[in-house]
Amino acid sequence: MAILDILVYPDPRLAQISSPVEKFNDELLSFIFDLEETMRAGPPSVGIAAPQVGHFERIILVDVSSKPKIPNHGRLTLINPNILCKQGSMVGREGCLSVPEYTGNVSRAEKITLQALNKEGKSLNYNMEGFEARAVQHEIDHLDGLLFLDRLVSRRSSLFIRKVYK
Amino acid sequence: MSNWYMLTVVGRDRPGIVSQVTLAIYKGGGNLGEASMVRLGGNFSIMLMVHYEGTAELLEKLISPVGDKLHLHIHIVSIKGALHQRLEPDVRISIYGADRAGIVAETTGVLVEAGLNILNLESDVGGSPTNPIYIMEIDGAARNGVDSIRLALDSVAKGKNIKISVTPINTLMG
Ligand SMILES: [Zn+2]
Repeated sequence: MAILDILVYPDPRLAQISSPVEKFNDELLSFIFDLEETMRAGPPSVGIAAPQVGHFERIILVDVSSKPKIPNHGRLTLINPNILCKQGSMVGREGCLSVPEYTGNVSRAEKITLQALNKEGKSLNYNMEGFEARAVQHEIDHLDGLLFLDRLVSRRSSLFIRKVYK
Repeated sequence: MSNWYMLTVVGRDRPGIVSQVTLAIYKGGGNLGEASMVRLGGNFSIMLMVHYEGTAELLEKLISPVGDKLHLHIHIVSIKGALHQRLEPDVRISIYGADRAGIVAETTGVLVEAGLNILNLESDVGGSPTNPIYIMEIDGAARNGVDSIRLALDSVAKGKNIKISVTPINTLMG
């Protein structure tokens, strides 16, 4: 059990591409435990990716259940995640544990179909939308060496409008 | 002393204003913090946070040659601020409608009363001179929650030909 150090930009390791997980063993479980502990210990966040703590395997954690009124699948450990299908796009505001003191607008797919392995190596599919889909896309970018800074759109660009009042 | 200055530059828009002003600051040993530029109706304005070891008078001397050449109004004040003090917006409000010349004054008054700190406001007039469409977008921090903003705007919109949308801004941290 340990709280791991989070890499912060401009650490060049944040641009490294992570490799697929091949072995599902105790070592993997104990790393996932530490990764989750690190995520819970830091500033409130809805996800973390293994490369953010200098571990270059394709593992992400996502949990948006603390946000009120948002469709979600609870606490997720997603290994070798793969987006099968993307639909729509919406602009939202993002920040990152690895980029302190800055938030910016990023355009992401609104709905995704995701395939990923769980801790036991079992393949599962998810249909996700909105904030949860955004979180998954943000974390998968880390596995590919990308930060939200690579995808900024104008601060003034319109957000997706969900409700219209007459 | 914080050594941060707020520099405001206003003038007729023309190519090269940002590059020449910032080059003069950089050459004189100043550094930029946050900056925001707007171009409206052929006019240009930019606010720049400048970190500079010297006095406001010295900073002005650095920039005034560029200002004179490009006919710019330059205003410099010492500020207490530092970086990272901006409030994060948690709600975006979009309003549009025909025939409501007073839309900005009407809605902003109500929003302030409902506990909104307005952090960014843009408004524009589309349509034709005979059929104008007034459009406004506001980003703000809702001190009393997004629902109180919705309630307040519902009463403004009642019986009027305007459309209002209120979208929470949920900043993702990950
Ligand atoms: Zn991140």
